[in-house]
Amino acid sequence: MTERDPSKGPAPHDDEAVGRERQVRDLHRLETGGSDDNFPAGYRVASLDTSTRPDPGAPAVSVAQRGATGRRTSTGRARAVRQRRRTWANRLLGLAGIVLFLVAWELLPLLGIVDGRFMPPASAALTDLFAKFGDSVFWIAVWDTLRAWFLGMVIAVVSAAVLGFLIGSSPFLRKFTNSTIEFLRPVPSVALIPLAVLVFGVGIESALLLIVYACFWQVLIQVLYGVADVDVVAMDTAKSYGMGTFARIRYVVFPTALPYLMTGIRLAAAVALILAITAQLIIGTPGLGAEIARAQSGGAYVSMYSLVLATGLLGVIINIIFRAIERQILSWHTSIRSEVK
Amino acid sequence: MRYAKNFLYIVGLPALLLIGWVLWSAQSTSFFVPTWEQMTNAFSTTWTWSRMTTDVFPSVGRLIAGIIVSIILGIVVGLLVGSFRWLRQLMEPTMEFFRAVPPVVLIPVFMLLIGIGDDMKIAVIVLGAVWPILLNTVEGVRSMDEVLSDTSHTYRISGVARIRYLILPSAMPQIMAGIRQSLSIALILMVISEMFASSAGLGYTIIQFQRSFAIPEMWSGIVVLGLIGVIMSFIFQIVERKVLAWYHGQREMENAG
Repeated sequence: MTERDPSKGPAPHDDEAVGRERQVRDLHRLETGGSDDNFPAGYRVASLDTSTRPDPGAPAVSVAQRGATGRRTSTGRARAVRQRRRTWANRLLGLAGIVLFLVAWELLPLLGIVDGRFMPPASAALTDLFAKFGDSVFWIAVWDTLRAWFLGMVIAVVSAAVLGFLIGSSPFLRKFTNSTIEFLRPVPSVALIPLAVLVFGVGIESALLLIVYACFWQVLIQVLYGVADVDVVAMDTAKSYGMGTFARIRYVVFPTALPYLMTGIRLAAAVALILAITAQLIIGTPGLGAEIARAQSGGAYVSMYSLVLATGLLGVIINIIFRAIERQILSWHTSIRSEVK
Repeated sequence: MRYAKNFLYIVGLPALLLIGWVLWSAQSTSFFVPTWEQMTNAFSTTWTWSRMTTDVFPSVGRLIAGIIVSIILGIVVGLLVGSFRWLRQLMEPTMEFFRAVPPVVLIPVFMLLIGIGDDMKIAVIVLGAVWPILLNTVEGVRSMDEVLSDTSHTYRISGVARIRYLILPSAMPQIMAGIRQSLSIALILMVISEMFASSAGLGYTIIQFQRSFAIPEMWSGIVVLGLIGVIMSFIFQIVERKVLAWYHGQREMENAG
């Protein structure tokens, strides 16, 4: 290119060059999967849980809402890379971490750093846990816990999903309910414990009230964001093809909101377990929490530790199952099938 | 005009609900539904200044202490674990387990180990609230922009400067997401630790009201707890907007462009 005298005004508009540049950019966008371009490099990984706010164009209400998923916000490319790296050597390292933790736990009471009566060594707790696996009382407690967890989850998810789709699809309702939702959401569900005790006593309904209240907001918020995320072009296309309201909800709104809904359900699953156990521990509805309270007040400390381990294992299993379900249901979604790119 | 409309949108539903409650409670004979007068009475007689200093402020103080300790602990450990791959792989399954343990079951454990003082309550709050921050920090450090990281290597930015100007800012959006989650967990644990074993504090007071069937007072306690939750999330939003102002700006530009 020849030197130009800057005093002679701006450079002539080079249409060809601009066009070419745009072409290249579009091609690049197609190859990299489009929407990723909206995020700074570090955050494009969070595709499943990103932009969980109504209008991606509007100033973000809170970044936290985008990433508020609990853990492992990174999906997409980072996950693919991670999975490849996750070889057996890494798993062994993780196993070594667990062993290290158990050894430390074993040594603490043995060396007299903490009182052995109050903190039995790991081996004692693990032996007791395995003994419990053959005990029907233990399995009844697990069953009670899981039943409260499951019922509460189902009630919360169904009601929140229905209400979320209803409210989300009407701009008026969304604006009208916004302040109330934002106000009720941060109210801690445990504040309802006294009410639950008074109204329901120690029945399973007490636990259900807490679980449903806590999970409802998690799912509702996610569904609201999901419904608001519907692509305008896709919606207009569906309209001009003459799709009815039901078909539009089924084929346009639902698939868009599904990843958000799944995120909400996964979060709700963890929250529901916490509250099921809380209700059992504090109120005394039957289940693992009540068993822990009983072991603690009865001085059966080894049993208490093994029950704590059991609740942790239950939590891990629930997490794993729900992550697998999410991957299964969303197998068509770009954030999951990123390996294809 | 537009402001008036927005204002109506904001207060509309809450006002309707309030009016509905006032009308309903006036004719309801249910034991559990206090009337408007009972509630206002309960509020003015229950939440006096002396009650505030004996029950509310200590609770909130423990809450704040727990949150601060979890933030510091979570970020420091998260930076460490996130920076070394072997450490991360070593710790990941163990952390996964600890995260899955419902934090409330640690209350009886800590009661045994530490007793039932303030230490126990703060320890419970920290052990429940630290995980979201820790794991999000790890994730934030991991997902750092590689170009930025390489550039700072090239300029030989290392040590404290690297943490201060590269790692912390780039992990900050995720850290804030973790802190947001931790706040609600911390509040729940504050209440429960007092409900389970205490002779003072908000959680204890509310349970006491329930046990003595002081229904309006119990409701007023629930409202106070709710208000604390709302105020916390409000403060958090302000802080977050300040801390992440650059990030919101960047996102807006990218969305517009």
